[in-house]
Amino acid sequence: MSLSSATEVVDPVPGAGAPHLPRQPDLVQLLTPEGERVEHPQYAVDLDDAQLRDLYRDLVLVRRWDVEATALQRQGELGIWASLLGQEAAQIGAGRAMQPDDMAFPTYREHGVAWTRGVDPLHVISLFRGVDNGGWDPVATGFNLYTVVIGAQCLHGTGYAMGLQRDGAEQAVLAFLGDGATSQGEVNEAMIWAASFSAPVVFFCQNNQYAISVPLERQSRVPLYQRAAGFGFPGVRVDGNDVLAVLAVTRAALAAAREGQGPTFIEAFTYRMGAHTTSDDPTRYRLASELEEWKLRDPIARVKAYLSRSGAADADFFAAVEAEADELAGRIRRGTTEMPDPPGTAMFDRVYAEQTPPLAAQQAEFEAYQASFEGGHE
Amino acid sequence: MSTQTLTIGKALNLGLRRAMEDDAKVVLMGEDIGRLGGVFRITDGLQKDFGEDRVVDTPLAEAGILGTAVGLAMRGYRPVCEIQFDGFVFPAYNQIVTQVAKIHARSRGRLPMPIVIRIPFGGGIGAVEHHSESPEAYFAHTPGLKVVAVSNPVDAYWGIQQAIAHPDPIVFLEPKRRYWDKAELDPDGTPDPLFASRVVRGGDDVTVLAYGPMVKTALQAAEAVAEEGRSLEVVDLRTLSPLDLDPVVESVRRTGRCVVVHEAPVTLGLGAEIAARVTEQCFHSLEAPVLRVGGYDTPYPPSKLEEEYLPDLDRVLDAVDRAMEF
Repeated sequence: MSLSSATEVVDPVPGAGAPHLPRQPDLVQLLTPEGERVEHPQYAVDLDDAQLRDLYRDLVLVRRWDVEATALQRQGELGIWASLLGQEAAQIGAGRAMQPDDMAFPTYREHGVAWTRGVDPLHVISLFRGVDNGGWDPVATGFNLYTVVIGAQCLHGTGYAMGLQRDGAEQAVLAFLGDGATSQGEVNEAMIWAASFSAPVVFFCQNNQYAISVPLERQSRVPLYQRAAGFGFPGVRVDGNDVLAVLAVTRAALAAAREGQGPTFIEAFTYRMGAHTTSDDPTRYRLASELEEWKLRDPIARVKAYLSRSGAADADFFAAVEAEADELAGRIRRGTTEMPDPPGTAMFDRVYAEQTPPLAAQQAEFEAYQASFEGGHE
Repeated sequence: MSTQTLTIGKALNLGLRRAMEDDAKVVLMGEDIGRLGGVFRITDGLQKDFGEDRVVDTPLAEAGILGTAVGLAMRGYRPVCEIQFDGFVFPAYNQIVTQVAKIHARSRGRLPMPIVIRIPFGGGIGAVEHHSESPEAYFAHTPGLKVVAVSNPVDAYWGIQQAIAHPDPIVFLEPKRRYWDKAELDPDGTPDPLFASRVVRGGDDVTVLAYGPMVKTALQAAEAVAEEGRSLEVVDLRTLSPLDLDPVVESVRRTGRCVVVHEAPVTLGLGAEIAARVTEQCFHSLEAPVLRVGGYDTPYPPSKLEEEYLPDLDRVLDAVDRAMEF
């Protein structure tokens, strides 16, 4: 598929918002929905067969994790789940573009990025089960805890990047956000700060077309990547369902940040194939035909097609990945159902680095109250 | 260094300088704090001496100040954020309440947030809207934050250093109309603990509690009634979260009467919480209900009305009279 036909396919709301503006965004694509490798004048990846297979494996495993988590929620084991279905390539491509000592600032849907940072899926699951707010170590993994307030993490990432500058560190920050978040004041402030201080931060926006139910046209009259120009740094639109293009674009942006060239805004053009969360009902606000169209642009199918056609992988490989995915799903299921509830005192433990006397007194009251039931209460 | 006479503003400036000398990770951030030295000149000269990376003139965006402070804290820095005026803290309120206050708990202690949020607060300077407010209750109500208010140069000097060295986020309230009040200060002396209230004048008849700019008002009231033979015990609360009420309870058990004074609106203000706690702990000693003197439940008024709005010596004494006559 040619570049022009690809851009036509991904235009979600023809004519919406800004009819006076050019309709064809510059979409970076290296692997078409049909699994054909195409070249781009600015961005390239040079991966060997093993690396391509690794990316495929990442994509399949995080989708399997996601499917299992959705099922666990339906069975009452999780309070809620925010599915990444359809956004696997955007997240794996972005995550694999990072160096080990780079720092990611995720929203609450970046399970694929978490995977690339070595975060145990059960540490993400524990958040959605209500056991804690995420059990992983953000410093050790280079993956901050999930931030639920929309866009707040973009400022944190920018501040962290300012810290990197002061440390003289050759590291960069990858700050995640969604299309809806681009309307938040704090996100705009983050871009102003990043630009003013030339901070080594890359804003990675997964434009999955919907902020829960509200389509992109309510957030922006211009294609999102074009906003970057107003802040004074480059904006790039990449096919978010193309793991190779995302990898190439994100690598380049992070490298530029590390080299002192300041921020980049990446718009990964993708689609949330599932609901916003398990509490959502997308049939109320979008047409089934739209989903069917996007299924033709599935981020995993195109990699599988390319691997098969190019001979980089055979049936045994695909079967082995499926088996590994089943094994992962089983581990997640067992780990979830066996996950113990936290002790009641956990809510008092870490409110402060230095506990206050009034809160310590409140905790003592709580413990005494709980203890009063011992022996007389089932 | 020998004892010197300093205003609250100069004491804060010296305290900030000391903190920056002591720890290279201390970074000041705020609007106009660099070349200008801040609209109240609290950071005067610091950018010249410590550079633009440590005294940061930020873009005009309060959420940005607090949000980037979070990231700097994650990276091991100790940001000291200046909010130019109390009424301008609200654009940053989201970051303070949903992020700064919660990240330590969210991360199960892995991400400390040693951030100081300096806010010149309170009225009495004849300013326009949003420049005279007392937002302390919003922050004292928020788990994860600590809130202190200084009333004099000595506490200002030590308190800002103690707050910067502390591992938890602290809202540091500075009584802007008292910035020019002076006191003797020994910069090499020994400070009182940050999170402790202090009896600043002994007395037997009524315990008067105040903090920030109202401490001076309470002391003036005590002075005035002393001539009539009445004796007020005045407590500078100093720490609003956590509250340190042990000295208060000890005092009220002796006096049997308690009046709380603050500029903030009375309804659901600090005084309400203090009244509940004092009542709970001093119930059998109380000769009168705990009374509150505060701002009215109106938006802070245009400055021609602020003398009517703000508690003053007479309103404090009116409450003292009511407590005595009860």
